[in-house]
Amino acid sequence: MNQENRIPMTPVWGHEDNSRIPYWAYTQEEVYKKELEKFFYEKHWCYVGLEAEIPEPGDFKRTAIGERSVIMVRGEEGEIYVVENRCAHRGMRFCREKHGKTKSFTCPYHQWNYTLEGELQGVPFRRGVKQDGQVRGGMPKDFKPSEHGLNKLRVAERGGVVFASFDHEIESLEDFLGPTILKYFDRMFNGRKLKILGYNKQRIPGNWKLMQENIKDPYHAGLLHTWFVTFGLWRADNRSELRMDDHFRHAAMVSTRGDGSKNADTTNISSFKESMKLHDPSFLDIEDEDWWGGPTAVMMTLFPNLVLQQNVNSVTTRHIQPTGIDSFDFVWTHFGFDDDTPEMTERRLRQANLFGPAGFVSADDGEVIEFSHEGIEQNDREQALAVLGGRTVEEADHMVSEACIRGMYDYWRKVMGV
Amino acid sequence: MNAENYLKLVQFYQDYAAAVDQEDWDAWLNMFTDDAKYKVQSRENYDRDLPMAVLNMYSKNMLKDRVYGMTETIFHEPYHQCHVVASPRVISASGGEIEAQANYSVFRTKTDGIAEVYNVGRYIDRIQVTDQGFKLASRLCVFDNEMVLNSMIYPI
Repeated sequence: MNQENRIPMTPVWGHEDNSRIPYWAYTQEEVYKKELEKFFYEKHWCYVGLEAEIPEPGDFKRTAIGERSVIMVRGEEGEIYVVENRCAHRGMRFCREKHGKTKSFTCPYHQWNYTLEGELQGVPFRRGVKQDGQVRGGMPKDFKPSEHGLNKLRVAERGGVVFASFDHEIESLEDFLGPTILKYFDRMFNGRKLKILGYNKQRIPGNWKLMQENIKDPYHAGLLHTWFVTFGLWRADNRSELRMDDHFRHAAMVSTRGDGSKNADTTNISSFKESMKLHDPSFLDIEDEDWWGGPTAVMMTLFPNLVLQQNVNSVTTRHIQPTGIDSFDFVWTHFGFDDDTPEMTERRLRQANLFGPAGFVSADDGEVIEFSHEGIEQNDREQALAVLGGRTVEEADHMVSEACIRGMYDYWRKVMGV
Repeated sequence: MNAENYLKLVQFYQDYAAAVDQEDWDAWLNMFTDDAKYKVQSRENYDRDLPMAVLNMYSKNMLKDRVYGMTETIFHEPYHQCHVVASPRVISASGGEIEAQANYSVFRTKTDGIAEVYNVGRYIDRIQVTDQGFKLASRLCVFDNEMVLNSMIYPI
């Protein structure tokens, strides 16, 4: 083997710009460990859930940030706390229910008891046992419960969406998102109460970044997804914009649907099916909503762990939970709004058939991520190409560009130091 | 329900499994009434009374569109399914309608792969007794899996 073909011990980017992504970014265990630290456990607001999931004091939901199990809980005064699901005593992941209602948290192993905020409030036999008139055992006199609470995360909430950070030295959520992305965030979460419709979960055998890239890639959406092309929901000739924050870590793909007709831009697209007619058109019984303000689809990627979807009347959060370098859980929370009519709720549920693990549109996203990861693993000295629309990182007023992927790697390289 | 009708019901459940396993989608569609509901839903949503489902179909026409989608439009790894369906448990039978449930296990085998446990759960059914035999007015597949192994293309 000559020197050039060797996989470097210390990964180097090996290309002057971000239009090529070395496969080692998806396959090297050390890189993944560093990503967890740098993106999931430091300096980034990570999604944990929606306020509407825990409407009352004591309501909690167990979820994950990176590979760490955390609990989002509503306190007695209505405030929201996020604590790590790990007992301060022996490290046990004590919370096993996915959701529930409680007055306090108790680790069953030794019954250490914590407040909803994560303060240690009870330790059995702290002062030992009395035998033969003597006190035996117990915690040392200098044991301070206040030093042995659960690991408390910093919490930020906006528009009913809850984010948390292990790192307390972090900019505000608003600064983290930046004004461009905040505008689209506030469009979707404009203060109305949310109504949870339910969850879909899938385990996708691929590197977690491939999902971020999938939703920063408007190119595939009008090619892979027959339903998008044929019914004009997402197509290269639709009016579109690609927007990013100043760091290029987050992105919004904004699009307004067309009429789905055949034209010069569909002639070479094999997934365009001119004669396709639905037997039951209610899958696409679309009703414009005031809050859209024009665009019929806005797909947001918030780095590192969240996708926010509005595609016509279907709205979801999609939570990326890495479970290793080559696998992640993808958790969809479908919701509506408190003032939805029963017809609108029904409409959102019908359109949900396009999305999720079985979705007419999204099922193949999971598949292509799995197969991309397979190809990447089989020859990890190679590079992926992201050169559509140029080699630099620029916003666009069309969707024939991979600039958002290049942007993500521009940011990723700065943080990872490669 | 007498033994003869119960045997017919058992046959109906096994016919369904065979239709799906053999990808005989015409036979599959033919087992539903025109306004049939068909849903594949996680146990979490079912237990919490949340309406969201992996597949959520409200008519036989929607099922026809699903067949077109899974055979013509969705790109996916080809795979076989093998359903093992337990004896149905009859909840009620009256006035030409049967309410029954049955546990199922589905194994998936991909083109290059070996069989894996893919989906395990329970059918919750309303079945109409018609001149053309049994028809599903509603089939709800409630699965225990915490998550779908990547994607779900074919019906359960």
